Amino acid sequence: MRDRKITLGHGSGGRLSHEIYNKLVLKYFGNPALDELDDSAIVKGGKDIAFSTDGYVVKPIFFPGGNIGKLCVCGTVNDLSVCGARPLYLSCGMVVEEGFAFSDLEKIIAAMSVECKKAGVNVVAGDFKVVEKGAADGIFINTAGIGRLERRLKVKDIKAGDRVLYLGEVGAHGTAIIIARGNLKIKGAVKSDCRVLSPYLLPLLSVPGLRFMRDPTRGGLSGVLCELAGGSGNSITIKEDALPISKQVNAVCELTGLDPLYLANEGAAVIVVAEKDAAKVIRIVGAQHAAPKIREIGCVEPEKQGRVYMQTASGGRRILEMLSGEQLPRIC
Amino acid sequence: MKHITEYRDSTLVKSLVRKIDALNPPACNLMEVCGTHTMAIARAGLRDALPPQIKLISGPGCPVCVTAQRDIDYIVELARQPGVIIATFGDMVRVPGTLSSLERQRGDGARVAVVYSSDDVLSLAEDNPDDEVIFIAVGFETTAPGIAATILEARKRKLKNLSFFVTHKLVPPALAALGGMKDLKIDGLICPGHASIIIGVKVYRSLSAEKKLPCVVTGFEPLDMVEGIYLLVKQIVEGRGEVENQYSRLVREEGNPLAIKTMYKAFEVCDVEWRGLGIIPASGLRLKQSLSELDASRRFKVKPVKSKEPKGCRCGDVLCGKIPPSACKLFGKVCKPESPVGPCMVSSEGSCAAHYRYLVVSI
Amino acid sequence: MCLGIPVKIVKKSGLQAETEVDGVRRTANLIMLPEAKPGDYVLLHAGFAIEVLDKKEAAIRLKLLRQLAESTD
Repeated sequence: MRDRKITLGHGSGGRLSHEIYNKLVLKYFGNPALDELDDSAIVKGGKDIAFSTDGYVVKPIFFPGGNIGKLCVCGTVNDLSVCGARPLYLSCGMVVEEGFAFSDLEKIIAAMSVECKKAGVNVVAGDFKVVEKGAADGIFINTAGIGRLERRLKVKDIKAGDRVLYLGEVGAHGTAIIIARGNLKIKGAVKSDCRVLSPYLLPLLSVPGLRFMRDPTRGGLSGVLCELAGGSGNSITIKEDALPISKQVNAVCELTGLDPLYLANEGAAVIVVAEKDAAKVIRIVGAQHAAPKIREIGCVEPEKQGRVYMQTASGGRRILEMLSGEQLPRIC
Repeated sequence: MKHITEYRDSTLVKSLVRKIDALNPPACNLMEVCGTHTMAIARAGLRDALPPQIKLISGPGCPVCVTAQRDIDYIVELARQPGVIIATFGDMVRVPGTLSSLERQRGDGARVAVVYSSDDVLSLAEDNPDDEVIFIAVGFETTAPGIAATILEARKRKLKNLSFFVTHKLVPPALAALGGMKDLKIDGLICPGHASIIIGVKVYRSLSAEKKLPCVVTGFEPLDMVEGIYLLVKQIVEGRGEVENQYSRLVREEGNPLAIKTMYKAFEVCDVEWRGLGIIPASGLRLKQSLSELDASRRFKVKPVKSKEPKGCRCGDVLCGKIPPSACKLFGKVCKPESPVGPCMVSSEGSCAAHYRYLVVSI
Repeated sequence: MCLGIPVKIVKKSGLQAETEVDGVRRTANLIMLPEAKPGDYVLLHAGFAIEVLDKKEAAIRLKLLRQLAESTD
C-alpha cells in the first residue's frame, strides 16, 4: 500500500484531525493529562494548572479584524478560559521566513501585546527562528499557555435538560479569511470575531450550574457540538432560527456553497449550563463591558445516542456531523 | 436576502406539507434529478417533514458523481505533469480516481487552484505565464455556457498557456436513458431548476407525454421544493402526467436561447460515458474542432492508469435510483465521507454523502 | 447540480456587472443576459448571470401559494 500523505483535511478540525490525535498523538504521547483531549491539559503540581498549546498558520497573515499575532494570543487564552482556568503565562515560538518585513513583524507583536493586556497574561518564554525563503509561508507562531485552574469542568457533567448557550456570532472568522484570501473575488465587510474571551467566561466559573465550555474554532460550531454530544453521551438539539449568523456571513455561504456551521470562529464559545442557571449566565455575560451577544441555541436531550440535531428554520430536522476533510467552495 | 428569505417561511412550508398530506397520496417514488436538490433537501431536513409514503430518490444530477472513472484518472494524470496548474471548482478536488485524487496529488506537490468562476482562470493563466493552466470543465447545461464564454475569451486573448479538459454532460439524454430502464419505478420527476433556466421547460414535454410521467421544474428553497412535491403528488392523485413549472420566476418555456447559442459556439454534442449509466449517445459536450488547440487532452498526451471502478462500489446503481445508498455493502462501513470509495460519497451533493449525513443514525 | 442565488445588479459596465446580496459583492459576467440592467435581480451561477428574475411572476406565485396554504379543504 502506498504511504498516505497528509492532506489539508487533516488540519481541518474534523474527523481527519481526530485521526491524527488518536492514531499518532495518543499512540505515542498518551498519558492521563493528555488523554482527555481537552483544549488545555490539567497537570498536577501544587495547585492544579491548565496547560495548552497551539500552532498558528493563518493565510493571509493580516485580515479584517486581526492578524496572526492577535489570533495566537486569543486562541491560547480562550483555550485556557473555556477549561475553567485563569490564563497567566504564555510562551511564544515564532518561525519566520527570510525576507519577511520587519514592520509587519512589529505589527504582529504589538497586536499580541494588546490582547495580552486585555487578558491579563504575560509572555514569559519565547523563541525566534528564521528559515530560508520558501521554507515557511511568511510567519508561523506557536503559543503555549499556562492558567490556574479555578473550576474543573468535565464534558461528562453535561446532563439531559441542560441549556446550550452561544456567545458571539457564527462563522465570522472563517468568512473574513475567505474574503481576505481574494481568490473567490468576493467583497464584503466581514470582520473576524477574533477576541479574548476570558473577561466574559471567567466570571461564569462561580455559577454552580455551569457544566462545560468550548470555543468552536476549526471544525466550527457543528464540530464542537458533536464533541460535546459524543463526550457526554447525550444528544443535543439546536434551533437553526436561534443561531446568530450575520447577513453577510450567510450571503457569502449562499454564494460559495459553504456551510456556516463548519466555519471557524475565534471569539465565540459554546456554554452548557443547567436550565436553572441559564438566565444567570446570560445576565453575567451581558453585564461585562462590550460583551458579545449571548443567547440560548438549544438543549441537551435525554436521548443517549450522542447525536446532534438541528431543528431547521423550515420545520425539518437535520443531523449535524463533524466536518469530513477541508470545506471547499462548490458550484453544485 | 431578497428573493430567498420569502421561500424559507416555516409556517408556509408546514401548511403546504399538510396540504400534501390532505391529498391522501399513495406510496410513490419521486426522483430529484439534481444533486443540488438532494443537498437542499438534506439541509432543510425535508425528508423528516414529508408524509412517510412519499419516497425521494436521488438521480444522476451531480456532475462530480456521474464523471466516469476514466476521466478522473485522466485529470489526476494531468495534475502530475510538471509545470501544470489544475484549476477546478472545489467539487472535483476530493473525487477519488483509481489510484489517486487531486487532493492527494496536491499532497505530492501538484498545484491545484480552486476557483469560483471559470472566468477566474483567465487571470490565473495571465499571472502565471511560465505555467500551463488546465481548467477542468465539468457540469451540466447550467455551467457549460459560462465555461464556453471563458473558452472563447481565452482564444480572443490568445492565451497560449491555458487549456480545458472538457467533460460536460447534458440533462435530457440522461433522463431519456433513465426513462428507458425497465427495473426503475419512478412516479414523478422533480426537474432541476437551474439547468432548466438554460434548457427551458419544453425539453421535458416529450418524455412526460410518452411515459405519462408527472414532471415539475422546481426551485431550491424549502418552499419551492415543498410546492414542487405538492404539484407532483397532485398530478399523481389526479392521474395526470404533465410538465409544470414551479420555478416560473426564473425558468421560461424556451430557456435562455443566448446561453445555448454561446454553449454551441465552443462545444459540440458527442457520445459520452456516465458513471452508472454507461455510454449515452449524444449526451455530452466536447470542444469544437476549430478550438482543438485549447483541448487539454490533445495538448497533453498522458497515459493514465488503467481505470478500475472500486470493488463493491454501487454508485452506478445509486445514481440511477435503483438502490438507496444504504443498500450498498460499503455504505457507512468502508465508504464514509472522510474515506470515500465512490464519487457519490465525495461530492457534498452526492446521494451517499447526503444520506450518510442523514441516516448515520440507523447504521 | 447547480448552486445559484438571486443577486441584485448595482452597477453595469459593458458585459460586466457588480452584483450584491446582503452587503456582499461579486462581479458577474452578463454575456448571457446583455439586456439586464441595474436594479434587476439575476440568478448568479459560478460567476455568470444566467437569467433575470421576474419580480412580478414571483409576487403572483407567492400570493397564490399563500392562498393555497391558508385555504381549508
